[in-house]
Amino acid sequence: MTDTIPGRPITEISVTPPSYRHDPAARLRPINWNRITDEKDLEVWNRLTANFWLPEKVPLSNDIQAWQRMTPEERTLTMRVFTGLTMLDTVQATVGEICQIQDARTDHEEAVYTNIAFMQSVHARSYSSVFSTLTSTAEIDDAYRWAVGNELLQERCKKVLAHYYGDEPLKRKVASTLLSSLLLYAGFYLPLHFSVHATLTNTADMIRLILRDKAVHGYYSGYKYQRGLEKLDAAGRQEMQDFTFALLEELYELELAYSGELYEPLGLMEDVAVFVRYNANKALMNLGYPTRFTAEETEVNPEILAALSPGADENHDFFSGSGSSYVIGKAEDTSDDDWAF
Amino acid sequence: MYPSDVVGERVPRQYRVLPDSESTDLVFFSSVSENTRRFVERLDRPAVRIPLRPRREGQIQVARPFVLVVPTYGGGIRGGAVPKQVVDFLNHPVNRGLLRGVIAAGNTNFGEYYCLAGPVISAKCGVPELYRFELLGTERDVERVNEGLARFWAGANEREMVSA
Repeated sequence: MTDTIPGRPITEISVTPPSYRHDPAARLRPINWNRITDEKDLEVWNRLTANFWLPEKVPLSNDIQAWQRMTPEERTLTMRVFTGLTMLDTVQATVGEICQIQDARTDHEEAVYTNIAFMQSVHARSYSSVFSTLTSTAEIDDAYRWAVGNELLQERCKKVLAHYYGDEPLKRKVASTLLSSLLLYAGFYLPLHFSVHATLTNTADMIRLILRDKAVHGYYSGYKYQRGLEKLDAAGRQEMQDFTFALLEELYELELAYSGELYEPLGLMEDVAVFVRYNANKALMNLGYPTRFTAEETEVNPEILAALSPGADENHDFFSGSGSSYVIGKAEDTSDDDWAF
Repeated sequence: MYPSDVVGERVPRQYRVLPDSESTDLVFFSSVSENTRRFVERLDRPAVRIPLRPRREGQIQVARPFVLVVPTYGGGIRGGAVPKQVVDFLNHPVNRGLLRGVIAAGNTNFGEYYCLAGPVISAKCGVPELYRFELLGTERDVERVNEGLARFWAGANEREMVSA
């Protein structure tokens, strides 16, 4: 039997392996990175592989002294926050990314999710590295028991899992983008806050590597979501927008309740809420939507913003200044490498 | 590396020379994600887009001074922050000579590499970095850039009249 008729595009006479489930008789094709249909797939793959890292490369043991100076309340909070982050990354690694493979629009998109899923497992693994460096087995076990028992943490995960295991591919994308770009940030706030006070600075460096990855993950699922939306009519697009804003609202309320329990004892809740809203807006932008919260509601504490990105302050806003002096980049900041292609 | 083309280095570049009437004071690049285009479309003024595939579509040559709006690529690696199509556009001396300022998009999650395309172009071309915004930009970003560009061009016209 030869149904590999020359002249017919290979994509018409074959399927990728995930389609076996629906059509076991179909011919299978291997991925071909020399024939790209969506250039974003290759661009994101290259970005992800260039950004690859492992927690073993971060000198976490340099944080031991700082850990010993922290109060018992701060230590418990840190362990719970990180166990909560581990929970979300476990969901994302084992279900959230993998479940999007079946909906891929290109062969290469399938491969990108396998890459992202692995990286989510690296993130989940990295919090365990912090724990084993800084604390004892008994304390670690307590934190995990807390995670399993915490109603709000469970609800946050199950809210997105319901869509991952649902029937609608675009809802999977929305849920995944909101997890990568919104849900994690109440947790990321804490190490950024500590690093402002010169505490756990190596752990904060590790978190910055995670943040860098999450930006690409959220960007990619948001981008593919928008490609999917293009196939819908106006009513379908409106329905997805309504769904997205409704889910965002539910998750936002859960974030406030979850973070309130954790952060209120330290008086940090207002700051955390601003950071969550700021990232909720970014999650929506990744999905191609306008922002939900106003500029006033999302003014992140400048110290936290500086810990996140040193270049995000008003010094880089020429328009807001008097306009009397031009800020022109220093020549030594660039090299031919920046320009080369 | 990009078999489907992006920019060919040794292929003689075809330029599409924009007439004065089509050459706007705002030029932008946006990838297929269309993030930067969505920001630029919310601004008060018309803008010209740098082609996604300069080799296939022809690169543009502008005729009037302009401000460039550009997304940052890479995120965590210094090289490649400026999209290749923008490098190609600025490699043309006429385009580079008419550049007056740069506005860069990015994501603060990239830390020190946030909006890196801004300072790289600013240093390479000797023009001010005017503004930074994230992803599609917020309403506040749109307002600030609208007001800022109006003042910037008013000031630029004054400076030119003084020196004339």
